[in-house]
Amino acid sequence: MKLTHLIPLVSLATAVYAAPQSFDFKDPKGVNNAIFKLDAPLESINGSASSITGTVSFDPENPAATTGKIVVAAESLTVPNPMQKEHLHGANWLDVAKYPEITFEAKSLANVKTDANSTTADATGTFTLHGVSKDITVPIKLTYLKDKLSARVPNLKGDLLVIRANFTINREDFNIQKGQYEDKVSPTIDLSLSIAGASVTK
Amino acid sequence: MKRILQSLALLVALVAGLTWLATGANRGWTKTSVPVKTLDEVTGIEGITYHKKFLPGVDFLAVAFGGAAVLLGASFIFRKPSNQQNANQTKPTTELK
Repeated sequence: MKLTHLIPLVSLATAVYAAPQSFDFKDPKGVNNAIFKLDAPLESINGSASSITGTVSFDPENPAATTGKIVVAAESLTVPNPMQKEHLHGANWLDVAKYPEITFEAKSLANVKTDANSTTADATGTFTLHGVSKDITVPIKLTYLKDKLSARVPNLKGDLLVIRANFTINREDFNIQKGQYEDKVSPTIDLSLSIAGASVTK
Repeated sequence: MKRILQSLALLVALVAGLTWLATGANRGWTKTSVPVKTLDEVTGIEGITYHKKFLPGVDFLAVAFGGAAVLLGASFIFRKPSNQQNANQTKPTTELK
């Protein structure tokens, strides 16, 4: 076989090896979470969302090409006070019956810095909340855990991708009680996302 | 009746106050569940699960003390029998003797 014949084969093999992996963020362990915090006079309103799904395309050889979409079920947002939870889910605030999903669709990464298996970057994408979509940029940290899926889910082989993000949004940008109750509930919402996705190898 | 309502008001206020103190004197809102963090050792993610637990807050105290105040107020509707009435009631008995 001539060398010229080998070149396309090697290129193909490299392309297959370097192809981005698809990570599924449906969490069998139930630890994926998004924490939210709003300042309020008596005590801050702290809660979390647990029902998180989505897929992210990640290439360990080229983390800058990462794209994907994370979906949070609005119904899963929980606060320890039952009346606050009822108000939060209600038509005057998040209206979860009408807007059941909170999503972030990452379209591009900038300021990408990779150190070993960790990558930090600024992800720009579309954040949708309360039926309003807005392009935002959030700092994220990606941690690629090669061959660690079996340590988490026995009988499954593959890789894990951990995504962490901390950012702030303004509820008024998403038409949530715009200009209302600012003395009782802060217009800014601190969000913290900690999720792990799996890419199963066949 | 007056005495019963006043005792009830005191009891409600005391039970509410002691319950609030015994459960950690939560100075926030009343909670019916508390977040518990669990660490996923593989990913390092701290998961959050909610465990059912009643944690009375200042709103619980306000409602309880408000209820106690209403009971105390209601107790003043019932007048204590005056000394004159007592005297009139006891007079015929002495006359019979």
